[in-house]
Amino acid sequence: VEAPNSRLTDNGLYRISFTSALDPIAINELHSWTLHVETADGQPVDDALITVDGGMPGHGHGLPTQPQVTQNLGNGNYLLEGVRFQMPGAWVMRFDVAADGQSDGVTFELALQ
Amino acid sequence: MTRGRWIVLALLVVAAGLAVAAFWPRAPQWTAEERAAIAGLWIGNLPPLPADPSNRVADDPAAAALGHRLFFDTRFSANGEVACATCHLPEKDFQDGLALGEGVGVANRRTMPLAGTAYSPWLFWDGRADSQWAQALGPLENPVEHGGNRTYFAHLISELYREEYEAVFGPLPDLSHLPRLAGPVDDPAVQAAWEAMTPADQEAVNRVFANMGKAIAAYERHLNPGPARFDAYAQALIGGDARAMREALTLDEVAGLRLFIGEANCIQCHNGPLLTNNDFHNTGVPAVADLPEDTGRAAGAQLVLADPFNCVGPYSDADASQCAELRFMLAEGEQLVRQYKPPSLRNVGDRDPFMHAGQFITLGEVLIHYNVAPAAPAGESELEPLGLSQEEMMQIIAFLRALSGPIHAETKWLQAPE
Repeated sequence: VEAPNSRLTDNGLYRISFTSALDPIAINELHSWTLHVETADGQPVDDALITVDGGMPGHGHGLPTQPQVTQNLGNGNYLLEGVRFQMPGAWVMRFDVAADGQSDGVTFELALQ
Repeated sequence: MTRGRWIVLALLVVAAGLAVAAFWPRAPQWTAEERAAIAGLWIGNLPPLPADPSNRVADDPAAAALGHRLFFDTRFSANGEVACATCHLPEKDFQDGLALGEGVGVANRRTMPLAGTAYSPWLFWDGRADSQWAQALGPLENPVEHGGNRTYFAHLISELYREEYEAVFGPLPDLSHLPRLAGPVDDPAVQAAWEAMTPADQEAVNRVFANMGKAIAAYERHLNPGPARFDAYAQALIGGDARAMREALTLDEVAGLRLFIGEANCIQCHNGPLLTNNDFHNTGVPAVADLPEDTGRAAGAQLVLADPFNCVGPYSDADASQCAELRFMLAEGEQLVRQYKPPSLRNVGDRDPFMHAGQFITLGEVLIHYNVAPAAPAGESELEPLGLSQEEMMQIIAFLRALSGPIHAETKWLQAPE
């Protein structure tokens, strides 16, 4: 069973995991995440371009902010700033990664109280 | 009394007890999830006042005292009759009870209450200001609110409040060579006078103007919500005190609370101890026929980015790194059209009419709107029809009325300065 914050991308190219600086994640607080990107066989990916999307599919709305990867921390780690969720319920966060001429992405599901 | 009669009497007592138990309203039961939701609304979970790094005098008592005087001073207006307190009346939860604010003219929006605004990253219905101090500057130059201009205000500060101002902000610039009326406002003559000023003079006046906002904000930080009957209930629930719960809310109010956090989905936007997420939502509120087109947050997001008094501007005391709200703000997109900020629901029962232009007169109209979920006049409403019964709507209204409580502030802040 995979940890809820670590998943293989849709086509199996990468494994993406996240750690939230706000733990547990509470609503209405702007905070940052650290993303870790590695290849399927566990090698850190250091030159990734990461785009972020998300929202509440059940409500048909997106994220209330525009989170962005602002820093490459090295060793496959990236700082994602500007994350906020403004209501309880089922959220998704989608990360698309492009590195070495390939791209793949994964969607995380979060249930917030 | 014979033994037989004792038995009959005992049986009668037991029967009466059972009858009472069957018809006595049962104490409401809450699931763990509901308890967490209720605790999330409790005022006891309101965090300490957040710092405002963009305002270095935010917690300076001398700045608050100056701001208090400015807030109530009608001389800072085109006709000498309008102060902040004209629309933000302390005895009315710092709002005016009018559909549209009335300063030197009539505004396009409803006056918002002030308590707890220090917690909000965005001010105004459309979030076109990103701090209390930047907000305070808007009405001063709005032609239908105070109707003034920044050079006029700078002159007034130097004439009326020089000592207090300089004690907080340092020496005033020399204003003696500047026109009486000048500012980037609608009046063509006043605007032309502003454009004729040197950039250095404009900058000096802007700084005095920004400092007025910072003093007013230092005052407004003292205005925060106090506990309501709902909070007594939430506290009793958390502490497991069933009797205190019964004393705090009626069964109808409790039923309304259950709907508020459940079936009626109110808590999606009206969450946290202020009962607002301070974000922006399109709830399909009707447009007002006689008012100009209003795109809500879609315009507000662009205005706050362009505002020289925002967190990253030259008059802010913050580093850009402390302006994360602005840096990661959602600035564009269809979803912003006709979004407005949900106001805090604290004291909402005393604050008719409702919505950003006072579209609804009663809470009944508000509940009917959410229950029906009509299409938005522009953009997409986030609402879904709720299918609540009339009784359920009345229960929610009863709950909303249990959210009233006095503003938590020293008495001196709740009246004009001596």
